[in-house]
Amino acid sequence: MSTTTMTMARALNEGLRRAMEANKKVLLMGEDIGKLGGVFRITDGLQKDFGEDRVIDAPLAESAIVGTAVGLAIRGYRTVVEIQFDGFVYPAFDQIVSQVAKLHKRTDGVYTMGLVIRLPFQGGIGAIEHHSESPEAYFAHTAGLRVVSCATPNDAYWMIQQAIEHDDPIIFCEPKSRYWEKGEVDLDQPPHGLFDAVVRREGHDVTMIAYGSMVKTALRAAEAAEAEGVSIEVIDARSLAPFDLDVMIESVTKTGRLVIVQEAPPTASLGSELAAELSERCFYSLRAPALRVSAYHVPYPPSRIEEHFRPSVDRVLDAVDRVMEWES
Amino acid sequence: MDGDEFVQILTPEGQRVAHPLYESSLGRDEVFGLYRDMVIVRRLCNEATSLQRQGQLALWAPLQGQEAAQIGAGRALEANDFTFPSYREHGVAWCRGVTPKEMLRIFRAVTNGGWDPQKYRHSVPTVVLGDQVLHAVGYAMGVQRDGAHEAVMTFFGDGASSQGDVLESFVWAASFNAPVVFILQNNQWAISEPASLQARIPLYHRAQGFGFPGIQVDGNDVLAMYEVTRRALDLARDGGGPTLIEAYTYRMGAHTTSDDPTRYRVDAEVEIWKHRDPVERVKALLTREYRMKRAALDEVTAQAEAIALQLREDVLAMDAPDPLSMFDDVYAAPHPLIERGRREMIELGVSEGH
Repeated sequence: MSTTTMTMARALNEGLRRAMEANKKVLLMGEDIGKLGGVFRITDGLQKDFGEDRVIDAPLAESAIVGTAVGLAIRGYRTVVEIQFDGFVYPAFDQIVSQVAKLHKRTDGVYTMGLVIRLPFQGGIGAIEHHSESPEAYFAHTAGLRVVSCATPNDAYWMIQQAIEHDDPIIFCEPKSRYWEKGEVDLDQPPHGLFDAVVRREGHDVTMIAYGSMVKTALRAAEAAEAEGVSIEVIDARSLAPFDLDVMIESVTKTGRLVIVQEAPPTASLGSELAAELSERCFYSLRAPALRVSAYHVPYPPSRIEEHFRPSVDRVLDAVDRVMEWES
Repeated sequence: MDGDEFVQILTPEGQRVAHPLYESSLGRDEVFGLYRDMVIVRRLCNEATSLQRQGQLALWAPLQGQEAAQIGAGRALEANDFTFPSYREHGVAWCRGVTPKEMLRIFRAVTNGGWDPQKYRHSVPTVVLGDQVLHAVGYAMGVQRDGAHEAVMTFFGDGASSQGDVLESFVWAASFNAPVVFILQNNQWAISEPASLQARIPLYHRAQGFGFPGIQVDGNDVLAMYEVTRRALDLARDGGGPTLIEAYTYRMGAHTTSDDPTRYRVDAEVEIWKHRDPVERVKALLTREYRMKRAALDEVTAQAEAIALQLREDVLAMDAPDPLSMFDDVYAAPHPLIERGRREMIELGVSEGH
């Protein structure tokens, strides 16, 4: 087994490189992804090595970036689209919802919409407005799309390759606050399937489900809780649409308590969906209501106060206390 | 830019006129073929309108008045070109080989598509205005990367010309020199809104601002549409980049069968355009210049009649699809929510064939 340590940003870069080497039909398109390597340098060096025809610096119009990727998909190409920041995806919303999600169905399966829309999402980097949002629920709500999120460099490396190989369109959510954190990457063997949820830490008192940036927050909370004698099982959802419910049901059935942690606001969120699904399926196992720890129902605040908006370890632990104390 | 003046080579009276840049390359049989196409699609269109009025279609978007724009452009295509229509391009679909029955499936509300777009190299109808124009440009970028000698054509209207996606398509096509021909059918009305609301300049002028040629054509002159489109397709295939062709035409009927044009436009305007009818002028040319016999023209009418009759039969036989089919092809790969939905519907007793 050959493993190496790298940042998530580097892992994505290497994953893209490997996918482009494996399949000549794989193209990259986005703003500033060529010479600059993208504002986060995820595509660093790829245009130099694969040429301007395969790593395409796009004019600045998100709807066209996605819309032309649709046309390329019809022609048999697999385009990995980079949306520069989460908050800039909305001009492409129509193309994603009305075309990317529905053309396979509309053509009775003739068109394959094998394209990946990379979305640096979530906050925590001290940015100005529109650079820190969590729009995943908009896409998870739409039939025809799949939504995934990586939380570790190893997952980033493998999930981007798996997403590119997959025949359905995938919204690939990258937790930008974790881009620069390092981890072990196994270059030989994918750790899991693209749509698998994974238990990151075993425990028996509380099931905690998180994704993207919040996986690390959940793991920190679990560590802190352990010191107080509470054992938390942390699940990295990884696939947000569809959810890998089996792993979650098994865990909640065991622990009887559920806390979901997300950077998105709570209303009609993925956390809401998980709470509803797991409450229904694990009703007789639950000893407390499923709780969501979310951002607030406000626009993303100025980043000087964003840490009061994003779920913190303390807020997560408060929710743990509540589910633990529910019966007494 | 040369050639941006109104291109007309056949007048409404059926007289040929000289144009400095374009002359008809078509002989008698080919002109007769275009006439046949136009008569057939007009007849199909009328049959579809009747079917809708009789409650057999959910909706119909008539093409009447735009036969020349669509048949001229459609017949200029080569077999391996690819086309991206909006929802009124029945004439183009006809040229691509899509059967009338397949064209009406979406309007019978038994599908959201209608035909195999790869088989005909003609994409399925796009209802959201302008979305397909970006697909055409992306497809054309794929053609470039394949090094293929093919062109791509896409259709939209005066209304859609205000859509961001159309204007973004112009930027992309210009920047990447994409082998795409934009056919803007300016039929003067976007439901109730006149073209003057969409643009304060002739629409074909917009191309110049994006850096590629724009040409205005008499959209009711099938010979002009054919020649201008053919040249633009050749240019695209040979690496010359995109062209915008404004087919200046008129929507003789309603926007769709749900529309009532008497609320927003005057009869006198419609009368003017009746005199510019795209089919009558070719008929005049055929009888005067080519001395075509009445019997040959009648034969076309009879053929159109037979196709319309067959269409009616086909539509009436078109049943609602199996409800369970809603779960097919949503995703290419297995998906738990699809399996769940299908299972629930089966448990509700919804079975195959109902």
